[in-house]
Amino acid sequence: MQDTPAKHIDDKKAVVGTTGHEWDGIQELNNPLPRWWLWTFYACIVWAIGYWVVYPAIPLVSSFTQGTFGWHSRSAVVADLDGLKTLRAPMNAKIEAASLADIEKTPELLSFARAQGSAAFAVNCSPCHGAGAQGFKGYPNLNDDDWLWGGSLDSIHTTLQHGIRWDADKDTRSSMMPAFGKDGILKPAEISAAADYVRSLSGLPTDKDADLVSGQKIFTNNCAACHGDKGEGNQEMGAPKLNDKIWLYGSDKSVIMERITLGGGGIMPAWGARLDAPTVKSLTVYVHTLGGGQ
Amino acid sequence: MPAPFLCRTNDFKIKRARMATIRMARCNGARAIMDGISPKKLTIGEMGLSVTMALLAVFAIFVAAKAWTPEYAFHAYLFAAGAVASVFAIANRYVSRPAVTPQEIDGKPNYNFGPVKFATLAAMFWGIAGFTVGLYIALELAWPIFNLDLPWTSFGRLRPLHTSAVIFAFGGNVLLATSFYVVQRTCRARLAGDLAPWFVILGYNFFILIAGTGYLLGITQGKEYAEPEWYTDSWLTVVWVTYLLVFLGTLWKRKEPHIYVANWFYLAFIVTIAVLHLGNNAAIPVSLFSSKSYIVWSGVQDAMIQWWYGHNAVGFFLTAGFLAIVYYFIPKRAERPVYSYRLSIIHFWALIFMYIWAGPHHLHYTALPDWAQTLGMTFSIMLWMPSWGGMINGLMTLSGAWDKLRTDPVLRMMVVSVAFYGMSTFEGPVMSIKSVNSLSHYTDWGIGHVHSGALGWVAYVSFGAMYCLVPWLWNKREVYSLKLVNWHFWVSTIGIVFYITSMWVAGIMQGLMWRAYTALGFLEYSFVETTEAMHPMYIIRALGGGMFLAGAVIMAYNLYMTIRSPEPIALGNRAALVPGE
Repeated sequence: MQDTPAKHIDDKKAVVGTTGHEWDGIQELNNPLPRWWLWTFYACIVWAIGYWVVYPAIPLVSSFTQGTFGWHSRSAVVADLDGLKTLRAPMNAKIEAASLADIEKTPELLSFARAQGSAAFAVNCSPCHGAGAQGFKGYPNLNDDDWLWGGSLDSIHTTLQHGIRWDADKDTRSSMMPAFGKDGILKPAEISAAADYVRSLSGLPTDKDADLVSGQKIFTNNCAACHGDKGEGNQEMGAPKLNDKIWLYGSDKSVIMERITLGGGGIMPAWGARLDAPTVKSLTVYVHTLGGGQ
Repeated sequence: MPAPFLCRTNDFKIKRARMATIRMARCNGARAIMDGISPKKLTIGEMGLSVTMALLAVFAIFVAAKAWTPEYAFHAYLFAAGAVASVFAIANRYVSRPAVTPQEIDGKPNYNFGPVKFATLAAMFWGIAGFTVGLYIALELAWPIFNLDLPWTSFGRLRPLHTSAVIFAFGGNVLLATSFYVVQRTCRARLAGDLAPWFVILGYNFFILIAGTGYLLGITQGKEYAEPEWYTDSWLTVVWVTYLLVFLGTLWKRKEPHIYVANWFYLAFIVTIAVLHLGNNAAIPVSLFSSKSYIVWSGVQDAMIQWWYGHNAVGFFLTAGFLAIVYYFIPKRAERPVYSYRLSIIHFWALIFMYIWAGPHHLHYTALPDWAQTLGMTFSIMLWMPSWGGMINGLMTLSGAWDKLRTDPVLRMMVVSVAFYGMSTFEGPVMSIKSVNSLSHYTDWGIGHVHSGALGWVAYVSFGAMYCLVPWLWNKREVYSLKLVNWHFWVSTIGIVFYITSMWVAGIMQGLMWRAYTALGFLEYSFVETTEAMHPMYIIRALGGGMFLAGAVIMAYNLYMTIRSPEPIALGNRAALVPGE
């Protein structure tokens, strides 16, 4: 027996006793299970058994007990979604029947369409265009009146419905700026001159030794067909305006040279394949009413 | 690293051994030695392991040469290097070891503490590494620029590095160290096996090295908490089976008539983790020369098995194993008897019976059939009291010694850990209730819940055990500074509170925002808006994590100073606690 000091043995130990064993100086008291613990444990077990009766619980050979409540998670989610559809149905029927212009003119339809559009925008559009539709580098700001493919209701609807350069949709908006540098159409010096000229179109300062004369010549021969003689852009081709202060990728000469070198353009999915017709219409109205609609 | 320990302890033991009756290790065939000094021979174990490791090295180089990817080749070379190093380590050990290692010296067990020391230090190292990575990914969530646009520093790769480093590297080494310590002390027997305990400790840490570097290099099978690929899993299987055998062998050799409760929990942990690991990682490699494999389970069965594994990794790795620590270190430190043997036996069996069913609560409202979800939820509810049995036994063991909480910060740390255990094991069943889960699932509430368990419970009880173990192992009276323990306690406790409260707020807010509908029937918020709303909470969480890390750094310094302290060896301090003296 070890010399455990007697002071360590309290009254309780004397009452309940130990199990009589000792491991490395550790003894165990033989206290009974706490009452509240035991009864709570029993209550949990009883509750669980009750739950098994009323909810799906016991696996059988090819099925399982369905429970007396008849609740199933799958039918519950279907009911939830149906509830939402029913809630929106009367208004969506009106949205579907009305023209885009009429929706904007009817306050009741407009407020519903904007609510539906803003929810759809938050989930589907904000990752690229930003929560406030402010855009990012390469993703246009939708609040201003500078439109790549047109800012009328019909143009926006077409863009949303069929996407931009979205190959899966045969009616998608497509055009492709050539990769002037990468494909060897223009030499680096020519690209530099063209970039200087592009900056001059919107009144931005150019390099001191910029050759704007040859820049203009290169622009006229290569760029004007889409972007216009004065860089006024062409919404038929999705060619951005180059003579204003709004830049999709940035106005630095290096950025402009990069765009001329690589060409190409942004991609937007065709939402018609993913969202229902009233939602696409609502999104159209929402985007159109953000501030820049034409 | 291992060799110096062995030299020192063995030199010491040689002197003692000459004066003692010496018995051979049973694993060496129970050969009786007629006198204390016999010619040194290479044991079968030493020869066998050296040859196996040499063959493994050759095989690994062969695999490296034909590997499909440089990452896999790198791992194969690591295996080769580890195998070669182990051959040298065995040779080095042979040179410095005595002819026979006595099982007892002067009638007292000749405990094998070398592997325990290594695992204790490894736990401290991996703990700080894991907490640091955790802090870093918390900063990445608050400020994504910290991803640095590099693949190996992206959140996706660092997150498993963090979880594995804290659970398996830190927690695992704590469990290895304490289980090897406790099983020896409570069985009054030297660890079974000669090389086997070292193989377990070093092999396990090698597994961590392979797993961790694999995550950084993008090698993963994509199963949460079971990310390592087939070859890493296979290596762990060998190590783990050896662990089980060493543990069982030591129980078999015990001098005590009964097996102490802590050892039931350790054994449940070791056996169940073996079963879970094999079940969840049943995979077929694409090739011997490829790191990629495919799991044999598919679809919802795979999901079910994954969460059967995942939840019981919590139940048996992070609960049963650490409850074993509670059952040894709290009564030991408080110098009080365990509160109730009856409670320990009931809650042990209830816990291990109930836990194994609870996994499906991770898959509420998914493709998992309703009946399985029901069972997962109801068993989680029934698990509440069995979990609390451990808390009651841990807390009530202090009855009559509550005043020690004021004076002993180590004991306070362990008691607070038991309180956090109680809180987490109440929160868990609540979150398993389907209607609560529909709010909490996939939100940061889950992260908060996990960390109240991980930081408050698992790490705290580990810290407490390590503060006890280091002075015991290195023969010091007490840790270098109890004042620093106190600082560690308060800095990290405040850190935990910041962490879990910010995650509760973030998670509940996130869940409510996700499900908010307008009167017209449209979602009120976008995902991006919920992320934006949580940003301040993410910063508070990172602050909490930083404080927790700071506490651990204080601890590392304290333990280092404890080991370095010139205090003379004071075996007498523990003598009063050793039976039979």
